[in-house]
Amino acid sequence: MMDVLQWDGTLSAKDFRIGAVAFAQKWESLNLAFPPWSWVPCPKHPWLASPQEEGYLSLEKICISMPQEEDVDQTSQTDPGEEDASCLGNKDVIDDATLVQSNQDGLHHYDFHIVYSNIFKVPVLYFRAYYGDGRPLPLDEIEKELPECSSNELSKSKWTFITQEEHPYLKRPWYKLHPCGTGEWMKLLFLSDTAQPKSQMVVELYLLSWFSVVGQVVGLRIPSKMLNGC
Amino acid sequence: MEAHKYVWEGAIPLQIHLHESQVTTLPPPPPALILAPRIGYLPLLAPLIKPYFSSTLPPGVDTIWFEYKGLPLKWYIPTGVLFDLLCPEPERPWNITVHFRGYPGNVLIPCEGEDSVKWSFINSLKEAAYIINGNCKNVMNMSQSDQLELWSSVMSGNLEAYQRVSSKLKIATVEDEYTSFYASKSQQGIGETDLAGQVKTGRVAVRLYVWSVSEDFDDLEDMPQPDSWEKISYINRPVEIQKEGKCFTLHDALKVLLPENFPDESLNVKLAAVDFENTLKIPSEDVSSDKVGEEQEQNAYKQVGASCVSGSAEIKLIRIQGIEPKLEIPFSWVVNNLMNPDYFLHICVCVKVPK
Repeated sequence: MMDVLQWDGTLSAKDFRIGAVAFAQKWESLNLAFPPWSWVPCPKHPWLASPQEEGYLSLEKICISMPQEEDVDQTSQTDPGEEDASCLGNKDVIDDATLVQSNQDGLHHYDFHIVYSNIFKVPVLYFRAYYGDGRPLPLDEIEKELPECSSNELSKSKWTFITQEEHPYLKRPWYKLHPCGTGEWMKLLFLSDTAQPKSQMVVELYLLSWFSVVGQVVGLRIPSKMLNGC
Repeated sequence: MEAHKYVWEGAIPLQIHLHESQVTTLPPPPPALILAPRIGYLPLLAPLIKPYFSSTLPPGVDTIWFEYKGLPLKWYIPTGVLFDLLCPEPERPWNITVHFRGYPGNVLIPCEGEDSVKWSFINSLKEAAYIINGNCKNVMNMSQSDQLELWSSVMSGNLEAYQRVSSKLKIATVEDEYTSFYASKSQQGIGETDLAGQVKTGRVAVRLYVWSVSEDFDDLEDMPQPDSWEKISYINRPVEIQKEGKCFTLHDALKVLLPENFPDESLNVKLAAVDFENTLKIPSEDVSSDKVGEEQEQNAYKQVGASCVSGSAEIKLIRIQGIEPKLEIPFSWVVNNLMNPDYFLHICVCVKVPK
């Protein structure tokens, strides 16, 4: 715990690991229509001594259906048994979405990784999108599937909002949400959290709060009950 | 700052061959001979290269990319660094192959020409500013015209123009230990007390490229070249220089960056330097420095224990801007004179690891 007023919004690699585990557990315990996040450890090369195991959180093979005006986080109300458990989207809307998508080259899949940035000392969301056959989805296709405010932002700040960079561990091109500024808005988020008795930065809540903002950019919303239960 | 000028004027002679799959004329075109600035990036050479080959290219859209001995070259790494890394025994001219088709999108990030390179440069600059100053506001708030001027100064290799614009960014530079030491010595009577009481800290942005070999070799000629990106680790590390009278050398910096390689000496490594995961948390007003010092000391010895046990690697070669600097050189001099325009110091290291 740390007094938010003295805090710069960042967290250490060790705290990232703690926060990641807490986030994954909370996510799984809510039994949403999503598969669980898994922690992927990364072995370091022998000549780079690292005090603790490095790794990242992974959520893969998510199908995103076309964004709708209705609140996407109604997934928690859908019956997981009646649809592919890895798809999100309002149940009423899925039929339309599936119809549209079957006219295209099949479903679009997304992989999401939450990776710690050594430079900015915050988590970073990396993602990639591909067709069912594994071919990468071009950015203009991804843009169509992002929530409207994200695609607006993308057209305004083409090079600084979502950038394509090398995944730090997998060494392949992935998309990434640029992390500069994260420290600042995380601090604001904690400062404005009236549910906490005092302004305390709790490591276990860091990733949840972070994801509640960042997930929305790519159309993944955390249902409010996940945040309220803390 | 003469050395800085040499760095900016440094160039790699390239002999660029068009890949045979794209040659449609007989006889095939001769290779293009181009002098590539060390601090520049390969895609920026496209306007110079294309005229050599445009008459022989097959019809279609051109997307330029380069490869060396089958290895696609990562375009966002400065040309000089690519050369130092992939050509430890310097090949002059450096024979590389250019492609205009078949961009390997599963390995290389797409490059849409000059804009991609510019933004990659600006993002690096942001990272360096964040490491050094603790925030990248100055870079983010650069005016359009300053941004253009900065980028064009890098593209044209104009050091004066670059220094004019980059000084506005107020990215802290580490004080040059060499000159300050001699400057204070020459001041009558004030010199020694000043130096003794001074504890200067500075943070440095380092990009480390490490590749490993398992065999020993005598000559650079026998050194195996890295032939795949899997064999090269590319890491960003902040290095904190903490001086307490004693000079912080390149050797000290390497001990921080690659502690595994100095098993016997790591016991002497300064406390702040070893715990680099937490180096940015300089003891602040709300935490007692004594307690933090103690924790860091415990961490330092834990880490030292780990590196002694797991077997040592050995540094075989270090290259910065094409030179192999002596390890005794003050690190501040190395940083101030050999860093790239993105404020990163790019260091290529070859390490021998036990099999």
